Parts: sequence; structure tokens; C-alpha cells
Amino acid sequence: MVGVSEMARGVKMFAAVAMVMVLAACAQTKPELAGGGAGGNVTPGTGQDFVVNVGDRIYFEEDQSTLTSQARATLDKQVQWLNRYSQYTVTVEGHADERGTRQYNLALGARRGNAARDYLVAQGVSASRIKTISYGKERPVAVCNDDSCWSQNRRAVTVLNNATN
Amino acid sequence: MRSTVSSCGLQLAARVACLLLLTLAGAVSVSLPAKALIELDITQGNIEPLPIALPDFGASGSDPKLASDMIAVITADLKRSGLFKPLDPASFIQKNMDVNTTPRFGDWRTIGAQALVSGTVSKQADGRLRAEFRLWDVFASEQMLGQQFFTTPENWRRLAHIISDAIYERLTGEKGYFDTRIVFIDESGPKDKRVKKLAIMDQDGANVRYLTRGDDLVLTPRFSPTSQEITYMSYSGADPSVYLLNIETGQREIVGNFPGMTFAPRFSPDGQSVVMSLQQGGNANIFKMDLRSRQTTRLTNTAAIDTSPSYAPDGSKIVFESDRGGSQQLYVMDANGGNAQRISFGPGRYSTPVWSPRGDLIAFTKMHQGRFMIGVMKPDGKGERILTEGYHNEGPAWAPNGRVLVFFRDTPGANGGPQVWTVDLTGYNEQRVSTPAFGSDPSWSPLIN
Repeated sequence: MVGVSEMARGVKMFAAVAMVMVLAACAQTKPELAGGGAGGNVTPGTGQDFVVNVGDRIYFEEDQSTLTSQARATLDKQVQWLNRYSQYTVTVEGHADERGTRQYNLALGARRGNAARDYLVAQGVSASRIKTISYGKERPVAVCNDDSCWSQNRRAVTVLNNATN
Repeated sequence: MRSTVSSCGLQLAARVACLLLLTLAGAVSVSLPAKALIELDITQGNIEPLPIALPDFGASGSDPKLASDMIAVITADLKRSGLFKPLDPASFIQKNMDVNTTPRFGDWRTIGAQALVSGTVSKQADGRLRAEFRLWDVFASEQMLGQQFFTTPENWRRLAHIISDAIYERLTGEKGYFDTRIVFIDESGPKDKRVKKLAIMDQDGANVRYLTRGDDLVLTPRFSPTSQEITYMSYSGADPSVYLLNIETGQREIVGNFPGMTFAPRFSPDGQSVVMSLQQGGNANIFKMDLRSRQTTRLTNTAAIDTSPSYAPDGSKIVFESDRGGSQQLYVMDANGGNAQRISFGPGRYSTPVWSPRGDLIAFTKMHQGRFMIGVMKPDGKGERILTEGYHNEGPAWAPNGRVLVFFRDTPGANGGPQVWTVDLTGYNEQRVSTPAFGSDPSWSPLIN
């Protein structure tokens, strides 16, 4: 278990790089690693490849769990990638922003994770490869006090459980 | 002098040496003018606090350090309640009060005291602590209360709280809440890497003890109304789940064997069941588990988020929040799950309902236009009152006497974090409870003794 959670953390660091490219707005998110441009030096089939070239996360509107067209586009790319690299299982983490109460946000995060999971399954990823977990508002990635941060925290992140790099 | 009460709770017998309480009756004879005793009406908001004189428990062979420590705890308790105004000791005319002598009431009237406490505390030859105190009605020139205690020295702080409770109860007619504890979540580290630990402290913030080490995310601890147990949520297992922890023995167990995340636990009033939410796909429903038979019962079955269940003190009803109507609102249902009725109808979203131990009110978090409020309403939804309002106030819990609420208040931005606060039922007297780091999800113990 320890190995898995450390790996998840590593994947999240790459995710930070990806996010800077997508959302140049948030000053709080610093690029911690040079990702090699748009996947220039990224080895295909790695965790880094998944985060940088596919996109490991989708975002939600306030208090919503319906998938936006942008979210579906990201999930479509995840489906393609996961079908190509079938050695991976994933955990979809559902999250909420901090502008809600704790218990409700646990359920809202679960609803978001579940929406992403259901979409992946409907598009052909085996349900046995996907686990979900909700962190509610407990794991924000952006900490400023306006919607530029809250919108980054309303997310579902597909984490590779057994990625090597 | 007659022995009346042994305030030794059965469940605490293992940890806390018995406090022996004796009533001091008629040890001091006073000639009484026929006058009404002091009465403190605490049903209205913003009352004028009662001036009370709390001289050092100094005389009659007191241990001086212990005497001043104890009176400091009692003074702080009464002051923080908002109902009492402890007078400045520098203004006292009569010095070196003796607990066995009638006070010079004129001296205390002169400085505006309405109530007066005299007392003494000493260590006995057998190592035990002996304390006695008397509460006086200054205007009636009359003793209102006299008690004597024997306990072990490490119990001195509890003893001070028990004396505070006795004074509070005699003067207000309500049970005190000072000899109680608060379980909460200690939060440290930056906002995006928070470490959360289960912690417990006295209601005044003293004696903080950590119950987990911070390895696993822990949330929403709730006290058993009948035992030294708490139920809380932890991420230590495969699925985040509800656990029980005995705070005396440290013994921990998972509650039930549910296929998915369980959260938002709370005990039934008899302490024999835990009610909680089970996440199933996109829906959360409410379940009950009997702690003796291990039998689980489904109480709601909706394609919605049903969570934050809380029993009425008589066990007949459960208040909870649900977004079944489109947004978070409060509902009351029968304890077996039927007959759910929406009770919140104001503008905004309502969450985290919790039934008062007196049964007369339901406290909640309300969110409206980016503001987070703590409020109360009657169980039928009428009489809504907002007690505090701001950027982020969340998660009220009741003091055991149903007069004070504890909640947490968060502050915005990267360096912000939650702190524990209390507010009187009337909406006055907000007080911060000091915690070592950030603190959230407070829950009050029942009265210990």
C-alpha cells in the first residue's frame, strides 16, 4: 500500500506540470518538474505519458457531477490509452472544493468519481480495472481564495495504481 | 455535615479516582433577612452578566499554588460562559476569607458583588486533595451552596470544573457543562498537505491528548452519550469507513462490513447504535448498525445524497440532510426510516443538522450567497435563528446542557485554517477555544460525572 500511495504522489507531481500548461492562470501552481514540452521526452505507456499526453483529471461545475464536453473528451483519451496499456488498474479519486460542508462533500466527491468511472466503463474499460475513492474537500490542489482555485479542486483524477514511471 | 453524592461515573471508574462529594450543611450559621435569592434568567439574549467575587481559596491551611490555580480555572469557566462577571480581586475589601466564617457581606455589597464564593483546598496527610467551597448570596446574606470534595491531586483541574458546574447550576437553574471534554480534529501542515489527527481536550482547551498519529486521514469524531467511546471516519482501510474508538483503552474497531465508503457517523441517544451514511455509486443513504447484535438496517433509499443523520434525544426521530429535492435541505424522519418531512425552507442550502440534547432545537450549517452560518430552528422548522455568520462557519455540536454550541470557523487562503469556537444559544458570547494547531469537527462529551 505504501508503494502505491507514493506512486500516486509522483503522478500528481506530473499532473501539476500538465495543469500549468492547461491553466496558466493559477499563480499557486508551480512547475516542479520539466515535463519535456508536450510529451517530447516522455516514454509512451508510462505514468508520465498518461498525465502529460492524455490528461489524468477532469473538472466539474460548482455542486455538479455531470460531465462537461471537455471532461468527456479527456475521458475518451483516457479510454484509448487504458485500452492500449491494459496492464494498468486505476483509482478514480473524486474531489470537491472547500466551499461546502464536509459530509456532503464526501458524497459529492464520490458522485464525481462515480460519474467518471461510469463513463470509462461505458466506453469500454473493464469495470474490474477501476476503483473509486472520494476525498471530499480534504485534498485541495490549489489553495487561493477564489474560483480560479476552487475550480481546480472540483475534480476527478484517474490515478494509475501500478505505474512504474 | 452529611455525605450525599459520590460523583463517580461508572464508566470512568477505571481512569479517574472517585471524587467524594459531601454537602456542607449548616456549618456556618447566618441570620437571614427575608429576601429573594439571586436568580439569573438566561433565557434572553445579551443578558447583563452577574457580578461574582471569587477570592483566592487562600485560608485555612490551603496549598497556595493549588488554591490560586483552582480559582483561576473556576474564574475562567464562569467568565467564558458569558453569564458571569468575575470582579477584580484588587477591589476586594475583605481579605483572607475563611470558608468557615460568615463573610462581611457589607464589604462585598460595597464593591457590587451579587454572589461570592469562599473556599479552601489542601493536601491531606494521606495524599488526597481536600477542597471545600461555599456560594453566598451577598444581598440576602445567605449561603446558597456548600460542598466538600476529596480526590487525588492530579484531579485538581476536574475538581475546579465540578465546582464551576455547581455554581453555574445553583445560580442559573441549568446543568453546567464545565466538567466535559471536546473531541476534535487537530490539523497541521499546509492547506494542500494537511495532516489530521484525532484529539481530545477539556472543554476549556486544557489537557490536549492525541488519539491518532496523523498517518491516516480522520474526520468527524462524535462522542458516545453513554460511554468513553467515539465514532469517527478514517481512511486507514481499503475504503474510508466509520470506526469506534474506546478512548480509555485505545481499542479500535470498524463499524459494520459495508460494501463502500461509510461516513457521517453519530451515536443513538442510548449509545447502542451508530447511524451513518453508506455511499453506493453516486448515492448516499442512511443506515443504522446495532452495536450489540451487529445487525444493520437501511433507513433511506433514494437516488440522492442523504447524510448527517442525528437522533432526537428520545430516539424517536432522526434529522438529516438530503439533496433529494435538488439542493441540500433538512428533513426529519421516523427512527425506523419512514415519513421523511422537509423542515428547512429559507433561502440557501442547509447542512449538518444536529438535534439538541434538550430536544427543543436543531442546529445546522447554512450556506447562502457565499456565506456560511450556524443557526438553530425548532424540529418543525419554525423559528429559524442565525447565531453566527461569516466566510466559513461549519459543523455545530451541542454542549450537554443544550445552551452552548461548539463549531469550527475557517479562514480563507493558503495560510487559512479552521479554529474551534463556541457560541451561546442566544447568539451572543462567541469564544475561541484554544487548540495547539488548527482544529475542526469538534464534538462535546456528555457531562463526565
